[in-house]
Amino acid sequence: MSDRKIIINDVTLRDGMHALSHQYEIEDMVQIAKALDEAGVDIIEVTHGDGLAGNAINYGFSKYEEERYISSVAEVLKRAKLDVLLLPGIGTIEDLEKVIDLGVSVVRVATHCTEADIAIQHIEYSKNRGMDVVGFLMMAHMIPPSELVKQAKIMEGAGADCVYVVDSAGAMLPQDVADRVKALKDNLNCQVGFHAHHNLSLGVANSLSAVQNGADRIDASLCGLGAGAGNAPLEVLIAVFDRAGIKTNCDLYKLMDAAEELVRPMMKRKGVEVVIDRDALSLGYAGVYSSFLLHAKRASKRFGVDTRDILLELGRRKMVGGQEDMIVDVAVELAKKKGKEVEIG
Amino acid sequence: MSAEKNGKVKCVIVGSGNIGTDLMIKIFRYSKNLELVMMVGIDPNSDGLARAKRLGIETTYEGIDGFLKRKDLVDQVDIIFEATSAKAHLQNAPIYRELGKVAIDLTPAAIGPYVVPPVNLGAHLDKLNVNLITCGGQATIPMVYAVSRVVPVHYAEIVSSVASKSAGPGTRQNIDEFTQTTAKGLVAIGGARKGKAIIILNPAEPPIIMRNTVYTITDECDPDEVTQSIYSMVDEVKKYVPGYNLKSEPIFDPLDKYPIRIPGYGEFKKGYKVTILLEIEGAGHYLPKYAGNLDIMTSAALRVGELFAEKILSEKTLAK
Repeated sequence: MSDRKIIINDVTLRDGMHALSHQYEIEDMVQIAKALDEAGVDIIEVTHGDGLAGNAINYGFSKYEEERYISSVAEVLKRAKLDVLLLPGIGTIEDLEKVIDLGVSVVRVATHCTEADIAIQHIEYSKNRGMDVVGFLMMAHMIPPSELVKQAKIMEGAGADCVYVVDSAGAMLPQDVADRVKALKDNLNCQVGFHAHHNLSLGVANSLSAVQNGADRIDASLCGLGAGAGNAPLEVLIAVFDRAGIKTNCDLYKLMDAAEELVRPMMKRKGVEVVIDRDALSLGYAGVYSSFLLHAKRASKRFGVDTRDILLELGRRKMVGGQEDMIVDVAVELAKKKGKEVEIG
Repeated sequence: MSAEKNGKVKCVIVGSGNIGTDLMIKIFRYSKNLELVMMVGIDPNSDGLARAKRLGIETTYEGIDGFLKRKDLVDQVDIIFEATSAKAHLQNAPIYRELGKVAIDLTPAAIGPYVVPPVNLGAHLDKLNVNLITCGGQATIPMVYAVSRVVPVHYAEIVSSVASKSAGPGTRQNIDEFTQTTAKGLVAIGGARKGKAIIILNPAEPPIIMRNTVYTITDECDPDEVTQSIYSMVDEVKKYVPGYNLKSEPIFDPLDKYPIRIPGYGEFKKGYKVTILLEIEGAGHYLPKYAGNLDIMTSAALRVGELFAEKILSEKTLAK
């Protein structure tokens, strides 16, 4: 590969929120952020799993207030940039205003892959505030590359410095990633990024495919900590990139140490597993938003139906990111079909 | 001023997008007291203006200026329905006020007090500007109110999912205003102590029917009593939006078993989390039936408009 360096955007502290049901300890976050910073990660994302103001019954409330997480991490970063995620429809510019002065320098604005125009006002605002701005096109497996290009252009037109192909469902195969990243690279002047989920065990392979097709930024998280079967595991990704001659600013050993000494013990302590179990696999197989996983497992218990049946039905109904409320809807419907009453409690 | 010999109050619609066009059809077909005299748009090629012309209604594509130029119409009109965007209404509202016209605002600009027909339909007839919150607000606030009239509601949260096709450029540019205004409405009219609103656009084909999920955190209460209150409110809304339906009976999760902790607000360990799943099928007037979000908004606007018109008519009768 050439001399170009790939920008690594860590999501351990944001996508990882999903895996922890948003119950991150401030101290864990600070320690992990420090280690990521020292290991040379370029950008570190800190937000509720569902973006700013994601604190809701629908998505789960985080243990502490958003501002506390963000300012605690901001205090310890020496080199890495701090980023926040915003999903228009959930969070607003007002929510962004509350945190932007806490040390944030990158704003990522996420929409479903066909709805880029709802992000225009947020991208413009962030740009005016001097941010590095990323457009984040979620569930990108659902539309063909040519359609994705049209949406990416809306974000670029609003001022985005980079547009991401986001495999929220972990449903893409390496060729799907290649086609989409290449289409964006061929048609946009801004940078292009890729965000993987590991539901089909392709998180690293897909990220490699993205870089081989011109991606400038890649998301990953230590131990893959993230929604569904997690993201591309950062320490593995960097090892693979190293072997492939792909340059980054990251130090492999330091990332391995952070994964081993900080993240894995935290997961053990919190009783959190990020694995490709039958339910996570079903997400990738059916093309369902990875964040639905734990909510679907809970609904499965509450209403006595199989998690996979819930997930497959959500996929059939073409539910998009943010529609966690439809998990209960589907579970209740499936329970009724089985002749079960919905009882109190 | 006006009130013509046909005994109807004259009105205009500003905004010829999805909402404005749907409202036009409703007024044209069903209104007892309203006569639409002009449809105001900004795009000469808009479908809404073309339809208005076919119905024999005057149109302008020069926006509000196109209407103001027509002094004859300005003099006759008593009610202006604003179906543009929050930003546009902030600019237009002072003009309407200056003219002394009643503005019924279908954008989330929220200059005037909120009106949700089954909760406070007749409350602000003395005002010159009333606001209809948002489609999500019209859909969910009656449910929050149905719970809060029985038991204190510490927190209400709603998720509105609408078909991408039913969300025009106004809605898309207003997405922040949507969530903020809806959340305020959950508190001000719904009676919750704190509110949160979420909107999701879903592009699935065939388009999804508008869905709304209402979550409330309540004090301890009798679930049957809350359920009855919800059912009777559904019947109230059905009177003007027949496609307003519960997808299942309300779901009660006891908070002693599933406590909820909201950072910066409080921990709730007693009472219930009540989940209400709604589906709203539209009347299919302008967009097809999936667009319940149009129907609930324009039906509310028509109801409010009729009431204002009745009041204006009775005042005029008295004046004679």
